[in-house]
Amino acid sequence: MPVMSYIQAITQALHEEMERDEKVFVLGEDVGVRGGVFRATEGLYEKFGETRVLDTPLAESAIAGVGIGSAMYGMRPVAEMQFADFIMPAVNQIISEAAKIRYRSNNDWSCPITIRAPYGGGVHGALYHSQSIESVFANQPGLKIVMPSTPYDVKGLLKASIRDEDPVLFLEHKRAYRLIKGEVPEEDYTVPIGKADVKREGTDITVITYGLCVHFALQAAEKLEAEGIDAHILDLRTVYPLDKEAIIEAASKTGKVLLITEDNLEGSIIGEVSAIISENCLFDLDAPIKRLAGPDVPSMPYAPPLEKEFMINPDKVEHAMRELAEF
Amino acid sequence: MVKVDKLNKVAEQRHGRLGLTDEQVLDMYRTMLLARRIDERMWLLNRAGKIPFVVSCQGQEAGQVGASFALDRQKDFALPYYRDVGVVLAFGMTAKDLMMQAYAKADDPNSGGRQMPGHFGQKKNRIVTGSSPVTTQVPHAVGIALGAKMEKKDFVSFVTFGEGSSNQGDFHEGANFAAVHKLPVIFMVENNQYAISVPLSKQVACEKISDRAIGYGMPGITVDGNDPLAVYEAVKDARKRGNNGEGPTLIEVISYRLTPHSSDDDDRSYRGREEVEEAKQKDGIYSFADYLRKLNILTEEIETKMEKEIKKIIDDATDDAENAAYADPKSIYKHVYAE
Repeated sequence: MPVMSYIQAITQALHEEMERDEKVFVLGEDVGVRGGVFRATEGLYEKFGETRVLDTPLAESAIAGVGIGSAMYGMRPVAEMQFADFIMPAVNQIISEAAKIRYRSNNDWSCPITIRAPYGGGVHGALYHSQSIESVFANQPGLKIVMPSTPYDVKGLLKASIRDEDPVLFLEHKRAYRLIKGEVPEEDYTVPIGKADVKREGTDITVITYGLCVHFALQAAEKLEAEGIDAHILDLRTVYPLDKEAIIEAASKTGKVLLITEDNLEGSIIGEVSAIISENCLFDLDAPIKRLAGPDVPSMPYAPPLEKEFMINPDKVEHAMRELAEF
Repeated sequence: MVKVDKLNKVAEQRHGRLGLTDEQVLDMYRTMLLARRIDERMWLLNRAGKIPFVVSCQGQEAGQVGASFALDRQKDFALPYYRDVGVVLAFGMTAKDLMMQAYAKADDPNSGGRQMPGHFGQKKNRIVTGSSPVTTQVPHAVGIALGAKMEKKDFVSFVTFGEGSSNQGDFHEGANFAAVHKLPVIFMVENNQYAISVPLSKQVACEKISDRAIGYGMPGITVDGNDPLAVYEAVKDARKRGNNGEGPTLIEVISYRLTPHSSDDDDRSYRGREEVEEAKQKDGIYSFADYLRKLNILTEEIETKMEKEIKKIIDDATDDAENAAYADPKSIYKHVYAE
């Protein structure tokens, strides 16, 4: 099976979906001739032409809104926000429109759009090229939020998102783009939206996380294994709506739960995960639920030591996992 | 009789010159009148405590219907805003559909009673579902037109909004996008002089809303919204341009909002009665009726019959809606996602 990077899996998924269905098209800033500032759409313009790989004016609400209109018409748009931090002008279109079109029309209209956006820090991107934005959208029924961690999941989930009948926010960790590599089947496959995935079986502690932090947890788990700590790691993959069953199962398995997000702590996805565990697993727990997250400051600063202070890293994860195991 | 002949000649120069038959202009008038009478009935029902909310089309029917008749109502897409009773009727929605919406009943085709009145949507007639935050429909119209271009279809998308909405970013972002990509969109501003209580002079500093078109490299024109034929002509031209790959057009239709903003508003606190009375004198429904009467297209007999028929349609629609069922409360869990 070929090994490829996280971003190559994105490009391959887009390429295959555009070949499979001519209603699939890409729109965004710099996605055409340039192939995207991160190169996620590299080669698509040459292959599919400027009509299906559309360089748009610099205006995020229009990128989302025009995509939404085309989806209502029957196209399968994949809109790109150049950075997740810049999605804010499009929030009205995503929340008031895309998420509610099916519901408000009583199932008469639908909006099968995929909105891709690179999020996350650790790339010296400072306040406005580093943010995690999922919690802004994570209480909007009608919307799905997918945040894959591995190239395999990227390809399968991006295909599933494009084929989904409802709007999907597909958030890609930009540091994972070239850092994370993995095996990806050449054939066509999808990974179901709404299903978490056990990335490591273990018996002592449970780590529930998503995105790049999955890899930090896996690295820490390898180290801790030598100390006799066996970690169970659940990758949420879809952060809205959450896979409650998988969360309850994973939490109950070890009775000790660490929740990790790169987002600011208060109001983040893991707060909801914690609530699900509290409501369902009280008598299975052997320790208080532990959370590891970014601090409650607006976003991560630019200077390397300041950024490091904000970011989750393998050491912080390892430390938190050990503390929980020793409780 | 010489006089009538002269007038007939004039008529040929107006609706005849535009390619409209006598039957078509009579149908236009009937649609305008139906919109007005439905709206009037809704106010009565609201004041009688039967329906909770009305947001009106009164004063804007001529522009709405004139524009709609210039479109291909078998293939074009309409993205109306909340006052567009004239547009949705012209596109195939019925008085009964509108009453079901006003009463928020399960058979409301717009939303099954989920949305407030004025939030139109009916896929079978290509009336695109809308929301309450204003102007969000503008980029949608552009996206639908993008679909036309990509699939090489010859329909256009027609989107309306108020002059206040022409300040929203979505108007500017959508207009620019459509112009850059030469998409078949008709942007129609229904300038009714007020955004709730705020007059035009406090909304924009430019002379005309249509002046905004130049910034996007598209034609912008202003027409009299009380004259359905003038609006028809403008939209017809815009449609032709769109179909020819020449891109979008911005059309400003000048009218006057004859009612308060909605049934919850009291416009006496922000505008004088004289101003409203003066606007009523220019009401497009009356001037168009005069035009048709002078040409003997709208005879007394036709008019009486038309009013009677419309009353019957609205009476029946009201009864049906009043007696119809609400959706099952348990249905609120449905259609969050595809099932």
